[in-house]
Amino acid sequence: MARNMITVRMSSPLVRIDGLKKSFGDVVALDGISLQAQAGKIFGLLGPNGAGKSTTVKILAGLIAADSGSVEIAGRDVSREPAAARAAIGYVPQEVTVDPYLTAREHLDFYASLYHLPVSVRETRIREALALVGLVGQEKRRARRLSGGTKKKLDLACGLLHRPPVILLDEPSLGLDVQVRHDVWNHVLELKRQGAAIFLCTNYMDEAERLCDEIAIIDRGRIVAQGAPEELKGRLNRDIVAVEVAGSNHHQADSAAALERALAGLSIVREARREGTRLKVYVEGHEAALPQIVETAARAGIPVHSITYSRPGLDEVFLHYAGRAFSEEANSA
Amino acid sequence: MRDFIEETHAQFTRWMLHLRREPFSLAFNLLNPVILLVFMGSAFQGIARGSLGGDYRSYLLPGILALTAFGNSMAGGIPLLFDRENGSLMRLMSAPISRASIILSRFLAVNVSTMLQSLLILVLGIAFGVRIATGLGGVLALLGVGLLLGFGITAISLMLAFRFENHGDFFAVIGLTSLPLTFLSSAFVPLDSLPAWMRAIALVNPMTYAIDAMRALILTGWNPQALATMMAVLVAFDAVMLWLGSRVIGRHLG
Repeated sequence: MARNMITVRMSSPLVRIDGLKKSFGDVVALDGISLQAQAGKIFGLLGPNGAGKSTTVKILAGLIAADSGSVEIAGRDVSREPAAARAAIGYVPQEVTVDPYLTAREHLDFYASLYHLPVSVRETRIREALALVGLVGQEKRRARRLSGGTKKKLDLACGLLHRPPVILLDEPSLGLDVQVRHDVWNHVLELKRQGAAIFLCTNYMDEAERLCDEIAIIDRGRIVAQGAPEELKGRLNRDIVAVEVAGSNHHQADSAAALERALAGLSIVREARREGTRLKVYVEGHEAALPQIVETAARAGIPVHSITYSRPGLDEVFLHYAGRAFSEEANSA
Repeated sequence: MRDFIEETHAQFTRWMLHLRREPFSLAFNLLNPVILLVFMGSAFQGIARGSLGGDYRSYLLPGILALTAFGNSMAGGIPLLFDRENGSLMRLMSAPISRASIILSRFLAVNVSTMLQSLLILVLGIAFGVRIATGLGGVLALLGVGLLLGFGITAISLMLAFRFENHGDFFAVIGLTSLPLTFLSSAFVPLDSLPAWMRAIALVNPMTYAIDAMRALILTGWNPQALATMMAVLVAFDAVMLWLGSRVIGRHLG
């Protein structure tokens, strides 16, 4: 293979997965998933722990072999042309993999050599990568002495040196504090702007919502829904009205139950769930729902303490398609 | 080929930086050899002079050199196991590099470290009055014998790095093998004075052959027969272990 040559067959999506299956013993990790990721877009694989995200990304990185189905990176089949496919990816694993004994600069030199960057561009690329993740001035510090967030940024920088057309990020903000998390998000958005196809696994709803142009929701090895975040939420066609009833303690629960019964007659109400003194009403998506609910409560003589109207989040989308709450699964995993 | 050399060199450089910045791991391996050389050497000097008819420290030094090479080689796979445990190895393997460069770079680094440690032990021995019968050439030959022993043991250790699932087990194996196997060789007393069962084990222990050749180099001089026996045994041992290692590791790195 020519040194440091990454040929991308344009026109085709940069990541193409078709009918991918993988089992570990009796456990089916991936049960026939298909998806595509495009240049200049962030594709998110969202799901609870154990849903099959890491398995997917490891197959994309050529680290484990699929049982069946095909996987192409930049037009190269990962099992038939593993070296060409690997050259086209930058993989940043879930774990922080920096070497505590090496300085930030030595990490970049290390990866520059592994990817055979020509000497003529090496210095520029290393400076660019350091600048992108805000590590300029910390090059000479050993990774041991860097904060957790800075280590993660260094990890990210190491995956970008060879300017891969496809960047695989497995849980990029796992365990990071809020500030670093936002920094990492900004770096990811910058990479997207530069034209990379970013394939991101996450079990954070907000991360998927904030970053992704397209999301596939994965549950127990199957893609249960796929589309742009807004589209997925819009497809549910139901907004949420949360009503908190007022009154003294032992009356509140009764009032909430009474309100639930009263609302059942409204045509715009799809479903209501009672959570103690709070009633979560799923309504067909239009603002007329709010006055109707207020009016119904008033007519039934139920005192209302507060009422909030919200659009569904991705957790509602997950609940809808997977048939259970996202957090239940995440906690039991 | 140029790519392979660059990949191996980059990873070798990483291991050398570890060696320089992690002096305690060196000290850890040198602890037993130094204790044996200084304390056992001094303690048994008087008794041994009568039965062996010479300087016991000179008699002991080959065994200690073999222990140094064995211990360091046996521990050589541990950093790879750490890399496996923390995900670094996965990351490395996602790069389009030759899998062999991962193993070769570690193999070279372990043996450079063995050579440096052996040299330190030799210098310490000389400082305690050991005279090498074969002179400076003998010093180089002693390092060479240590490496020949180390090659096969390193291959075993690298294999273990892919078989074990946690480093605790690995440390246990090192603890349970290096000192006992040194006793089950000709390190401390002549083979003939060992009880029969120990002698039987010592005879299939590659350390015995390394030690016998090194002992000749230190005590008597260039002894073609001792060197030839050592070469035959250790080259065969290394060949088998390297072959086995490449098979086992090849299955894991695919």
